[in-house]
Amino acid sequence: METAFTPLQSLGGGVVIGLAAVLLMGLHGRIFGATGILTGIVAPASRPDFTWRAVLLAGMVSGPLLVLALTGAMPAVDVPVSTAMLIVGGLLVGVGVTFSSGCTSGHGVCGLARLSPRSAASVATFMLATAATVYVIRHVIGA
Amino acid sequence: MKYLSLYLIGLIFGTGISVSGMANPAKVLNFFDVAGTWDPSLAFVMGGAVIVTFIGYRFVLRRPMPAMADAFHLPTSRAIDARLLGGSAVFGIGWGIAGFCPGGALPALGTLDAPVFIFVGASIAGILLARGITAARSPRTATA
Repeated sequence: METAFTPLQSLGGGVVIGLAAVLLMGLHGRIFGATGILTGIVAPASRPDFTWRAVLLAGMVSGPLLVLALTGAMPAVDVPVSTAMLIVGGLLVGVGVTFSSGCTSGHGVCGLARLSPRSAASVATFMLATAATVYVIRHVIGA
Repeated sequence: MKYLSLYLIGLIFGTGISVSGMANPAKVLNFFDVAGTWDPSLAFVMGGAVIVTFIGYRFVLRRPMPAMADAFHLPTSRAIDARLLGGSAVFGIGWGIAGFCPGGALPALGTLDAPVFIFVGASIAGILLARGITAARSPRTATA
């Protein structure tokens, strides 16, 4: 399925994501990592640990609703894969990010911005693995 | 004030993700499909986010402490080991199969689209499974 190239909109979205990461560090001293937020909610180490992440998640989930209010349309969520692939992919993502301690937001945005070699190694590895997986699924298996 | 600001920061992040296309698996998978229906948009998301964070962190991390908390909580691990690289590779394979990553999927829950809930549910199962494996192998292992 083709999607339109949206450089300005995507750059603008990226700038806003970066703004949120800077605010979370400047005000609350925390890395903006979706893996850490989700893990801290489903397996919290302590009550205060859980609460700040749950409030942050409530805000994140409200994002599409703000877009709906401003533009009159929900952001598109087009899923070109089967339910089985969502489940298998989701399981692998959950296992993988637990061992890597981060994903696109924690390692990808915050880690690269801190010039962390550990995050750079993680990002290079997952980007290559993702590209190889998409290539195999679409062009070797032909799904 | 603390919780209001956390909510608003989450809202800013969720809005950025929604506008950028990161919450849209069709767009994410096309970014990686250079040999097929390539859509390079996501490079602009990553570029914009990293540049703004890089500049912003220079300013905020120079201060003695955050405005609403006692200390900066920065990752201390510097190890580039099998755990990091293996986990990253498994994450990448899952991302390539499903098209969602956690940062894109969590805000997308707000659309109430069923596939997002299926993916996030499976991710939670994966997180708990991996923590169970880690705990069974080493009872004193803490999470990062």
